[in-house]
Amino acid sequence: MAAHQAAQTLAEKVWNAHVVRKGDGAGAARQPDLIYIDLHLVHEVTSPQAFEGLRLAGRPLRRPDLTIATEDHNTPTLDIDKPIADLTSRTQIETLRKNCAEFGVRLHSLGDKEQGIVHVVGPQLGLTQPGMTVVCGDSHTSTHGAFGALAFGIGTSEVEHVMATQSLSLKPFKTMSINVEGTLKPGVTAKDIILAVIAKIGTGGGQGYVLEYRGSAIRALSMDARMTICNMSIEAGARAGMIAPDATTYDYLKGRPHAPQGADWDSAVAEWDTLATDEGANFDAEVFLDADTLEPFVTWGTNPGQGVSLSETVPAPEDFEDENARAACERALEYMDLKAGTPMKEIRVDTVFLGSCTNSRMEDLRAAAAIIQGREKDPEIRMIVVPGSARVRLEAEAEGLDKIFKDFGAEWRFAGCSMCLGMNPDQLAEGERCASTSNRNFEGRQGKGGRTHLVSPLVAAATAIRGTLSSPSDLDAPAASAKAA
Amino acid sequence: MEKITTHTGIGVPLRQSNVDTDQIIPAVYLKRITRTGFEDALFAGWRKDSSFILNQEPFSKGSVLVAGPDFGTGSSREHAVWALKDYGFKAVLSSRFADIFRGNSGKQGLVAAEVAQSDIELIWKEIENHPGTEVTVDLEARTVTCGSIIAPFAIDDYTRWRLIEGLDDIGLTLQHEEEVTAFEAQRPAFKPTTLPARYS
Repeated sequence: MAAHQAAQTLAEKVWNAHVVRKGDGAGAARQPDLIYIDLHLVHEVTSPQAFEGLRLAGRPLRRPDLTIATEDHNTPTLDIDKPIADLTSRTQIETLRKNCAEFGVRLHSLGDKEQGIVHVVGPQLGLTQPGMTVVCGDSHTSTHGAFGALAFGIGTSEVEHVMATQSLSLKPFKTMSINVEGTLKPGVTAKDIILAVIAKIGTGGGQGYVLEYRGSAIRALSMDARMTICNMSIEAGARAGMIAPDATTYDYLKGRPHAPQGADWDSAVAEWDTLATDEGANFDAEVFLDADTLEPFVTWGTNPGQGVSLSETVPAPEDFEDENARAACERALEYMDLKAGTPMKEIRVDTVFLGSCTNSRMEDLRAAAAIIQGREKDPEIRMIVVPGSARVRLEAEAEGLDKIFKDFGAEWRFAGCSMCLGMNPDQLAEGERCASTSNRNFEGRQGKGGRTHLVSPLVAAATAIRGTLSSPSDLDAPAASAKAA
Repeated sequence: MEKITTHTGIGVPLRQSNVDTDQIIPAVYLKRITRTGFEDALFAGWRKDSSFILNQEPFSKGSVLVAGPDFGTGSSREHAVWALKDYGFKAVLSSRFADIFRGNSGKQGLVAAEVAQSDIELIWKEIENHPGTEVTVDLEARTVTCGSIIAPFAIDDYTRWRLIEGLDDIGLTLQHEEEVTAFEAQRPAFKPTTLPARYS
């Protein structure tokens, strides 16, 4: 043993604190480590085969008390008191209910006050805490890294593995530091930071890495904003993204239902305070981004790396040196029905979607509501607002945000994944164009033939007013005659 | 997982290269909630053609699929392995497997045996000329036997060991269950549990 402990990154500290058994061997031949899992989040789509696997092998679910389930991907956002019309969706939901009852898993069903998108529910209950390992059969599990947790998505076989053993065999990740220094201009948000990061390193840039977001611009962000950033780590190819816990994290957690209480709180904070990356710790890669010059960022193409500042124009295939990027641009322009050189702000949309595990929390809804209040919606635009959880919906209603959205002409829906992936009836029609606060602009993601532009909640709100992709700075002052809510 | 040291069953010739997972199981079947019962989904598109090999006797009762190179390319869907197993296949022989398909096979106890294409050709002739001929896949000896043909096959040591011992990944981890329990015992008391449920 060395006399002193080598400097470690946040990710390495959390990893090392969860090694049940170190893999034999060294270098490339090193076998996987067995890593303990502190929290397993479950939803209806990727769990049925895992539960059935346990049943077939006659295995119990090892730690129901470290497992929690919710219904989100398939759930309707209208008429939630009626039976789910789509039979396949209904079956999948009913299966989750039966499985959770059989294996003793806590489930928040549609209609329950704690139901919602799995990545909104965990943090909101105070179940996601610094220094934990968190997994879920969903790639956006990276969201929970905002608390300084090591959180990542897993496949169905791994879901079953965690259910049976509360652990996973994993090879260590590499680490990448994403430094964002400076101060964001008004109207620029966490969503713009992460879209700019993805455009910079590419959709494969984070492959094999855990990203750690650092720097003054990150420290200044709220927890809701930090979750937005970590959420889209997977869109840069990284399974996990993390932010070191600090006073902002502790303020968010304190008093939440499952946050430590009394003396436990003090012990927890003492431990959480040791998690930040040590001075002099080495990252395998480093990226730098200037927050001062960042502008609202939007995507023009069909992968989240195909983005530009809102003030720019649609790029041309010739703008890309790399042959694959050029071909991808060409294909994307055709699918998106866009001409190179068109100013992004002249792109007219049909639908605005405010929601998803990326941007459906209170802060997102408040930011959008503040923009639309006292202003009029473009009459041609359909705007759908889907709170991330039933709890967010209730809180928003208590603040009167629902009234602002409804007065504006937006649809105020029940919680779920909704139009982010269109597994429920909330889908784009063929050829429809959407400004969406979600995370993936893949072909057909929001509905067959649908076209997605990823935007922040502020850009979504401004776009709903002007009808074309817009930022709040493009808006006139609110109409004087408009009634304040 | 069932232990497999050797398996003998009717060989099915599939004279195709690049059999991708979309052919093995079309996407429409992925909506199902079970891990079993995918037998009808296996090669669902091709099986609509009455001349397809699995629509002919005695091949419909086969359990060793003898395929062309690059078997299992495309999507990562584990459903492809589930469908082959549910239909009754215990082994697939090919000169090259897609990595993900090979990995999924190992997890699910389907033997993906890498056999030289020249030997695949010999086995194809044998099982086509004498339909119903059985093929033996011997994991201990790493050989495939069909009539008078005895051919070696490749499979990585770790997967072979797991198949012979009948260990899936979960089974392997459970061998270290005591270490998991010991780890659990020293977890800090402040770490949260989902039960008993607390509400805001």
